[in-house]
Amino acid sequence: MAQQTVLIGKHLEAGAKVVDFHGWDMPLHYGSQIEEHHTVRTDAGMFDVSHMTIVDLNGARTREFLRYLLANDVAKLTVPGKALYTGMLNEAGGVIDDLIVYFLSEDYFRLVVNSATREKDLAWINAQAKAFDVKVTERPEFAMIAVQGPNAKAKVATLLNDSQKAAVAGMKPFFGVQAGELFIATTGYTGEDGYEIALPNELAADFWQKLLDAGVKPAGLGARDTLRLEAGMNLYGQDMDETVSPLAANMGWTIAWEPADRNFIGRAALEKQRAEGTFKLVGLVMEQKGVLRHGQKVVVAGGEGEITSGTFSPTLGYSIAMARVPATVGETAEVDIRGKLVPVKVVKPSFVRMGKKVI
Amino acid sequence: MSSIPQELKYAASHEWVRSEGNGVYTVGITEHAQDLLGDMVFVELPEVGDSVAQGDDVAVAESVKAASDIYAPISGEIVAINEALSDSPETVNSAPYTDGWMFKIKASDEAEVAALLDAAGYAAAIAE
Repeated sequence: MAQQTVLIGKHLEAGAKVVDFHGWDMPLHYGSQIEEHHTVRTDAGMFDVSHMTIVDLNGARTREFLRYLLANDVAKLTVPGKALYTGMLNEAGGVIDDLIVYFLSEDYFRLVVNSATREKDLAWINAQAKAFDVKVTERPEFAMIAVQGPNAKAKVATLLNDSQKAAVAGMKPFFGVQAGELFIATTGYTGEDGYEIALPNELAADFWQKLLDAGVKPAGLGARDTLRLEAGMNLYGQDMDETVSPLAANMGWTIAWEPADRNFIGRAALEKQRAEGTFKLVGLVMEQKGVLRHGQKVVVAGGEGEITSGTFSPTLGYSIAMARVPATVGETAEVDIRGKLVPVKVVKPSFVRMGKKVI
Repeated sequence: MSSIPQELKYAASHEWVRSEGNGVYTVGITEHAQDLLGDMVFVELPEVGDSVAQGDDVAVAESVKAASDIYAPISGEIVAINEALSDSPETVNSAPYTDGWMFKIKASDEAEVAALLDAAGYAAAIAE
């Protein structure tokens, strides 16, 4: 029996095509995922992301704990509310999960982790937290709605009271603030401006309806995938997993090597991988007809790799992909599409940001 | 329940066939098939003049979700293709039985047409 978020009724009301997503009944689309994609790039769309796992960490040594648990360094979080994207690695340097950590106060940090990895994440965090006397609390009583697009913030503002408006006024990217009953964060998974809003389950359906009334259109997992891929954002389980080094998943920028004496889980393995060299994650662009897909073989200078995520880019009008390939890769490659080798361009894995082509 | 027009014939592989007279048959994919595939992004069609045998993969419907082969429901010669689909592949989603048609075949064996599924037969096939 699949789990359902508290918004399932709103999805069915809107005619969503509901699919099983790692044990959750989630909307794939509400008619056309391409239209939903364009809505997010040009106006405002919203996603039910209540299936994601919110984990609160409390204790005097929480910061010290996270500096050990995570590859990025929460020492960078000096202003309350500031958030950081990071990998959580195993001792072998593989990615257990990617997550966002919020610094709320010195004894209170919040993690938002993937739903598909919920159980192993909680087990791992709990096991590591013991030595630091940090209390780990999952928060299933919260739903989460991501409102994304150039008009997202303005449309959300019509639902906020004055103190909430004041709380989010001038908030920079990658911050979160508790504003009344809403935890409002300037984060997202689309490459557009917007918020991710966590709120008590019992308020979620009413808030969703008010967003609809404010002109925000619902968007499903299909659009979420094409938007994040255009933005060059990784999908856990597809672009990386426990067998993949963050160095081979375009996550090198999330590893805080300095200070050199900070010991974090996976550090020794990563240093070895860095010295020996790894595959790298690149972007592919194919302007001719056809669609690059997950699992297709990629032939590059010096060897072969594989597409980790591929799709048709609704914004660009042709296919794009992320591929893990030998670091010897040049400016072009060939992809095996149904037995035919098709030439593609190799680019940095970021294609569209803030509605604009960036390749 | 998706629409399955009574006047058409069907292949179990989700193509529909409409008689245009003179042994010419228009072929497209059913509403059920387009719904399974999701938003169409490219349609690769055969060439006019191609000889095809029943069951040959003759076209590819590429959607956001997957690339799917389209099979010739009957044998014959391709006499027309829907050029408009190269600019507007989404027509396959919005009008699968009309403007979203894919190609026309001049049948070489009318017995194959007679043996295709009728609407009730196709409805039963997709209900399984």
